[in-house]
This record gives sequence, C-alpha cells and structure tokens, in this order.
Amino acid sequence: MMNEQVQTADVDIAPPGPFREFWAYFSENRGALIGFGFILAMLLAALFADLLTPHSPFEQYRDAILTPPAWQEGGRWSFPLGTDEVGRDILTRLLHGGRLSLFIGMMVVSLALLIGTLIGLVAGYAKGLTDTLIMRAMDIIMALPSLLLALAIVTILGPGLINASIAIAITYLPHYVRITRASVIAEGSKDYVTASRVSGAGIWRLMFITILPNCMAPLIVQASLGFSNAILDAAALGFIGLGAQPPSPEWGSMLSNALEFIQRAWWVVTFPGLMILLTVLAFNLMGDGLRDALDPKMKR
Amino acid sequence: MFSFFLKRIGVVIPTFIGVTLLTFSLIRLIPGDPVELMAGERGVDPARHAQLLAEMGLDKPLLVQYWNYLTGIFQGDLGTSLVTREPVLREFFTLFPATLELGACAIVIAVLVGLPAGIIAAVRRGKVTDYTVMGLSLTGYSMPIFWWGLLLILLFSVGLGWTPVSGRISALFWVDEVTGFMLIDAFLSDEKGALLSALHHLVLPSIVLATIPLAVIARMTRSAMLEVLREDYVQVARAKGLAMPLVICVHALRNALIPVITVIGLQVGVLMAGAILTETIFSWPGIGKWLLDSIHRRDYPSVQGGILLVSCVVILVNLTVDIFYGVVNPRIRHNR
Repeated sequence: MMNEQVQTADVDIAPPGPFREFWAYFSENRGALIGFGFILAMLLAALFADLLTPHSPFEQYRDAILTPPAWQEGGRWSFPLGTDEVGRDILTRLLHGGRLSLFIGMMVVSLALLIGTLIGLVAGYAKGLTDTLIMRAMDIIMALPSLLLALAIVTILGPGLINASIAIAITYLPHYVRITRASVIAEGSKDYVTASRVSGAGIWRLMFITILPNCMAPLIVQASLGFSNAILDAAALGFIGLGAQPPSPEWGSMLSNALEFIQRAWWVVTFPGLMILLTVLAFNLMGDGLRDALDPKMKR
Repeated sequence: MFSFFLKRIGVVIPTFIGVTLLTFSLIRLIPGDPVELMAGERGVDPARHAQLLAEMGLDKPLLVQYWNYLTGIFQGDLGTSLVTREPVLREFFTLFPATLELGACAIVIAVLVGLPAGIIAAVRRGKVTDYTVMGLSLTGYSMPIFWWGLLLILLFSVGLGWTPVSGRISALFWVDEVTGFMLIDAFLSDEKGALLSALHHLVLPSIVLATIPLAVIARMTRSAMLEVLREDYVQVARAKGLAMPLVICVHALRNALIPVITVIGLQVGVLMAGAILTETIFSWPGIGKWLLDSIHRRDYPSVQGGILLVSCVVILVNLTVDIFYGVVNPRIRHNR
C-alpha cells in the first residue's frame, strides 16, 4: 500500500520526456493531427502502391481511353477514378505520383537542410568577411522569386525531376542558412558553450555537438514547411514541362496537357491537382502544429 | 533621412551585381557556346565559328566579357532574340503592360478581399467566421495555382460559359494600342462593348493570380489586428464609448497596416512567379508566358534578358517598399 502510493507520486513528479511533452502540445492541435494522419496514409499508400492497384502506372488500356470515374455513366470499377488520354489508370498514377512527390520533398529538404545548415554554421561561427560574403550571396538568392530562380537553374541543368529538385533546393538554401546562423550567434555566447570551449572542445565538436543540437527546433519547423513548398514548386515545374518528364506519373506533369481535355474529361484535370492541394495543405497544417509545439515562446 | 535612402540603395547594388553575374553565367553554363546555339542543328564551320565568336567579343577573357555585358546593360543593350531578331529590351517592354495590368488587378482583388477578411477574422476571433477565414486562407496558400486556374476554366468557361478561356480581348474588337493596358485602350476606343470584353477576359486570370497574395494578406492582417486590438489605446477608445467599427477603422487599422503594407509589397515576387503559370494557362500575352516560351524555344538571350529584367522589377519594388516603410515609420528610419 505504501509502495503503491510512493510509486504514483513518483509518476506525477517526474517531468515528461521531451517527446512526451512535444506530443502533448502537438496533439492538442486538431489540424496538425489531421495533416500528420494524411501524410502517414500517403506514405503507406506510396510504399505499397504496387499492392494497392492491379495496374501499372504506364500500362495503356487502348480499349478504355478517357473512361470516366466508376460512379459516372460509362465508368468501370476496374478504373475507379477513370483513365487518361492514352488509357492509363488515374488512381494508379496518383498513388505512384505520391511516391515521386514525397521523394522530391525529401530530396529538396535534405539537400537544402544539409548544405544550408553547414553554410549557416560556418557563417555564424567564422564571422567577419566569410560571414558577409555568404550572407550577401543568400540575399541575392532571396531577392528573386523562387520559381524564377529555379527556372534559371533548370535552364542551365536541363529539365528533369532530379535537376528540378536541385534547383528548388538551391532556392530554399537561404532560409536554412539564416536560421542556423542566427541560432549559432545566439547560442555561441551562452555559458554552456563557453564551458565546453574552456574544457578544450575543438571547433568541430563545438559546432556540431555542442551548438547544433540546440538550433534544431526552428530548423525542423522550416523543414516541414519547406516540404510543402518543395512539392508545390516541383509540381509547377512539372506542369510547365521543366520538371518531371512524361510518362512519369508526377502530379504536376500529369496536368501539363490537361488543358486539351478540359472540355470532355474533367477527371483528368481534377484529381492530380486535388492530390497536390491536399498534400501541400497537410504539410502546412503539420508545420504549423510543429511550430506551435516546438517554439518555446508560444508554449507558455 | 537622406542617409537612410543611401543605405537602402547601398544594399541593392550588390544584389543587382549578383543578379547580373547569374544571368551572365546562365548563357555560358549551358552546354555549347552562343554561336553554336544560334546556329542550332545546322552547325557552323570552324573558321566562321571563330570569326563569329570574335565579332561577339566572346574570345576575350571572362572578366572583359562581363564588363562588356555590364556596360551593355546600362546602355540598354540586352542582346537580340534568336527567334524574332528583335532587341530583347523592346520585346520586354511590348509585353510588360499586359503583365502589369494582370498583376495590378490581382493585387487590387487580393487587398480588397484579404484586408476585410483578416479584420473580420481578428474581430471575431475563435468564432466560426475566424475558423472559416483562416481555413480558406490556408487552403489558398497551399493552392497549386495552375490547377486552380484549370478548375475555374472548367467551371466558369466550359461549364457555365460565363468567361472566355484565353486572350485579352475578343477577336471581334479591334482596339488601337495607346497605353498597352487593354482596359484603358478599350475604354478609349470607340468600339462598343470592348471594355466589357476586356474585363471578361481579365477576371479569371486575376482571381487565379490573386489567390496566394490574398491568403497571405488575410493571415497577416489578422495577426497584426490581433496584436493591435490588445493595446491600451484601443481599450481606452472602447472605454470612451466609441462604436466598435469606429475603433477598428480609426484606431486599430491604421496601426495594424504597417506590417500589412510590407507584406503587400513583398507579394510582387510572388506575383511575378505566379504570372509565369497564370499567363501560360490563360494564354495571356505577357512577360511570364514569353519567358517560358523562350526557354522552350532555347532563345537564350531572351531568357537571360527576361530573368534580369524581372529580377530588377522585383528588386526595385522591394526597395520602394523598404523606403516607404521608413517614411511612414520613423522608428525604422532612425534605428538603422
């Protein structure tokens, strides 16, 4: 009896772990949870796309060109969302397109995050001329609209999914550089850093092990919001023919010649864009939730 | 005040030089040199190749080439289009009014709808109205505008037949080009119904282009208003017994507007990027469509000049907003 009481008291007193605390704040936000759920579902659908549909995203059913969705007159249940202008199943292409969009988001965000954090660390730590030069370069990137700069870079690199991702990653660099640099400068003068330096920590240890983990929160938020922008920009590039190339089932490029069918096949036009919108919305909702949960100023 | 101007302009110069470096390297980083690009599939014999390179000054050291490029820019020489053989600068200024007209209408729509929506959301904080406005603006912010354009065409042009699908004015009208702005030219012309037709053509593209700025403005207005509504002077005004609309318009809004105006200024970059997509969908003969067509046609001097000029527009507008911000808010002016 005594023991039990002591135990319950222990549980109450123990501070929640960082993840538990984060989850408590995050799960309060209903929108963020919905976004998170949607992304999880999309991730699973993308992983198991081959098992979920019997069709291949490239197989053309010549007897079923521009079949409407199943619930409409003339639709067939073997093509639930209908088929496109060469008879490919739209649902299958959407599922496989999810793979591409997640891949693009992942690639753009990891590239920008990795390189941006590195440059930001260097700028914040080196100060002086290096810092000025880096920040001026970032100002130039920031001064241009991201799609315009991405266009310029894709013009040099040539169209394609990977090149488009690289181009978009470059346009997002400044965000990560600025955040990291600001955090490094703010953290660098704190006592725990001085303590570490005095006990003989080298420059690499200071940068990556002492300072960097304490700058992570804003970077995570930016990465989550960056995901949505990356998917949106990549879809835009695909739409204008400079991103993923046909017959790739990327959502933006699926829309690139949709204008031709707008009069007779609304489903070809509607579904890929709806997927882009829902995915981007989900990432934005989750990003907002992450910001509220991770930003100490908004917490209390 | 004067030193404030100088400082702001001083920040712009490195950015401008950076952009010229980018556009300068653009044409040199593309596989193949400009002469090969101009010759296209036909190819050139080596002697003529070398002669053309020398004529264009491309055999000189890079630094000299860059200097020539830079001085060329200041003399208004941005090269000649490979497709039309017209000077790039002239092409740009022929098409620019169309983009400007579209962008101006879009920003007017965004402000006229976004500002009141943000104010209402802030005043009715936590109510259904607030959630609706914020939900819609997050959706607008996440919108792939090229798809949004297609949807609106599907609904209003194909479904209801209310608006035309593309172009700036019906082919039935012949409007003399006076200003390059179709609305003004149509108004000035004697053709009956020309203005109405121009408006009809303008409405869908401007709604599409306005979507993202509208969402951003609504969100920004809401948060700025929420901040201001908490201030003591608003409480005092309400305690004096002033009616709520008066408090909002006279006391709160004026102070909330400063961050909102900055955000409106920053939308110019968004608009220029959006114009590329919107003009492509609606076949709007402006800068965005021209730039994209030039990329597809491998007309690199046009791409180079176009990117430089669009960037300059964005930089100049941002500078203007910055200076305006300093003029209306003395705290900013004296801090820096």
